[in-house]
Amino acid sequence: MDAIQLIYLVPLLPLIGCLINGLGRNALSKSLTGVIGSGVVFISFCISVLFFLAASKEGFVTQNIHYFDFIHVDKLLIPFEFQIDQLTSLFLLIITGVGFIIHVYSIGYMKEETQSGFGRYFSYLNLFVFSMLILVMGGNYVIMYIGWEGVGLCSYLLIGFWFKDQANNDAGKKAFIVNRIGDVGFLLAVFWMISSFGTTSYHELYNSQNGIISSFTDVNSPVIVGITLLLFLGAIGKSAQIPLYTWLPDAMAGPTPVSALIHAATMVTAGVYMIARSNILYSLAPATLAVVAGIGLATAIFAAVIALRQNDIKKVLAYSTVSQLGYMFLGLGVGAYSASVFHVMTHAFFKALLFLGAGSVIHAMGGEQDMTKMGGLGKKMKITYVTFFIACLAIAGIPPFSGFFSKDEILSATYAQSPVLYILGLAGALLTAFYMFRLLGMTFKGKFRGTPEQEHHIHESPASMTVPLVILAILAAVGGFIGLPEVLVKNANKFGDFLAPVFAHSQKILATHEVPHQTDLILIIVSAILVIIVSIWAYRKYANYTPSTSPENAFAKLVKNKFYVDEIYYSLFVKPWRSLGAFLNNVFDRKGIDGIVNGVGRTVNYGSRQLRLLQSGQVGSYLLLMVIGLLALFIIQLFTK
Amino acid sequence: MEIRWYIFLSLALFCIGIIGALTRRNSIIVFMCIELMLNSVNLLLVAFSKMHLASLNAFAGTMATSAQIFVFFIMIVAAAEVSIGLAIIVLLYRNTRSIDINFLNRLKN
Repeated sequence: MDAIQLIYLVPLLPLIGCLINGLGRNALSKSLTGVIGSGVVFISFCISVLFFLAASKEGFVTQNIHYFDFIHVDKLLIPFEFQIDQLTSLFLLIITGVGFIIHVYSIGYMKEETQSGFGRYFSYLNLFVFSMLILVMGGNYVIMYIGWEGVGLCSYLLIGFWFKDQANNDAGKKAFIVNRIGDVGFLLAVFWMISSFGTTSYHELYNSQNGIISSFTDVNSPVIVGITLLLFLGAIGKSAQIPLYTWLPDAMAGPTPVSALIHAATMVTAGVYMIARSNILYSLAPATLAVVAGIGLATAIFAAVIALRQNDIKKVLAYSTVSQLGYMFLGLGVGAYSASVFHVMTHAFFKALLFLGAGSVIHAMGGEQDMTKMGGLGKKMKITYVTFFIACLAIAGIPPFSGFFSKDEILSATYAQSPVLYILGLAGALLTAFYMFRLLGMTFKGKFRGTPEQEHHIHESPASMTVPLVILAILAAVGGFIGLPEVLVKNANKFGDFLAPVFAHSQKILATHEVPHQTDLILIIVSAILVIIVSIWAYRKYANYTPSTSPENAFAKLVKNKFYVDEIYYSLFVKPWRSLGAFLNNVFDRKGIDGIVNGVGRTVNYGSRQLRLLQSGQVGSYLLLMVIGLLALFIIQLFTK
Repeated sequence: MEIRWYIFLSLALFCIGIIGALTRRNSIIVFMCIELMLNSVNLLLVAFSKMHLASLNAFAGTMATSAQIFVFFIMIVAAAEVSIGLAIIVLLYRNTRSIDINFLNRLKN
């Protein structure tokens, strides 16, 4: 059976699961809800695997499936179509695979919810998977935008899942609004695209024979640079880059599996997917690529610095996500598209693992998230500790774990562009290693620093939570082997070869230069050694952590308070906007518009009261009025002809 | 005689009629004033008819005769209206023992 025929089931099944779980949340039992929710994602995963196998065969051509005309106005035609190629199939695997693992984990994590809350949770989660699948499978930018908005919505719904607490609602609102700012850029880019090219379909723009963009040759033309910058603005919002990253740390208010799925593995990678999909467009605008790389690098380092001093376990992971996304954009910016997508995949594995592990820890600590109150958990939570340790090794970039290969590929490409960028990137990688091992040491090693009741409560999580951890740990450990760099093993970069058709045209335009093999080997060895040294140093330093009593110096305080960016944004943007809103509400709306509307009513009232006086009931006045009317008619007849 | 004298007379009678109809309290006097108005219009019609007959062309001739016929119509209407009006006044007197027109103000409630 041809997998492509069934491809419509891949997004449809999670949608059905969402509806069943959502509408039946009061009726279905918790285990049934969990089975339906996870089951549909699993079936989608199986179909994705079938499709992946078909896609990795020789002679595979990009599939374009047209369902119906979504928008058809005069000359503007935007069909509802899917485009499935190698890039899509890879993302399908990540979304459905990691998604399925997280669904199973959620069954254990959310056990204490009410039945209706449980159903609501799985319904939102399925809706999210559906939207993300639409995003990656869409055949034009408008369908992608539908998915784009859908994931933003689900992010809001899931962050504010425990809506009884106002702080969660504020975090959800913040996520949605900051996302929206980026979406304005995306929408403007779509409009510009329609007006310049007349179409947003990928196959019309990018296909190798007669694609509109493929036949473009001027580099850095204003239209292309403008469109790409606006699209990147959308990516900045969705993928939490500077300056629109502030929503991601606050989004940790949601349940931890949500953070794992949305803010580690999938939604935040939508920006990377979008740029990878538009790689030809971006390759024609090296100016934008420079901006992408610059912002990516700045974000990577900035977020890593903030993570050094955070004490909430989930906040460290949140800033780590922002930082790793910065790396992905750095990779895109230097033209290493497949390296960035590789990093997306490995990041999905180890970051989801880190978040799920953190969830396991929080579960054991009875809701405590402050690392200064943890410690020594490694003895009592062996599986969590070991899997978490593997994830730390992966994210730090220690060979032979997956993070090493993906990060290394990006850094090599960066070195080919400019050694300065490479040094900064390497610095960021060292910071990453440092804060991750600090986290590991503070949480799992040393003496327990919490209250005795918490200490009694510590236990290893149930199987529904630990089995996903183990699966992800295996993936994080060996996932890198499909993308071995040229310099170590010849022709072993299966990942790069798989995605090569998608990026082939870009590579021609960009003409990236290869790093000579000797240099590459030296870079790899140097970075590996430095990372290992930094990791051991951080581990030693924080393994026996005691809260220090000495006053922090000014820079430490600045970092701990996230450089006061949130406060700056609040006073620069939120407060003026709120006062504008208050002004419009009180003066303009209440007094102005209500005044007009009520005034009309009052006038009608007054007029009718006066008019009533005519009906006095006095015959004499009626006769007088008759005569006056007659006179008036006479005069009118006399003077108008 | 020139037509304007007849017009002035008719106008004067009409105005007196109106003022009387609006001002007087006695309903019989009000009726007389209404009759006065109707007759002033009759006078005017007859005067114009005579004027048209003097110009001696065919259109004016028909105009004049129709004016005189119209006078009869007005008289018939006046007669009918008087009969009904006087009947109402008799009923008003029987119910209220007075013919003050302001008694009809009770229609208000």
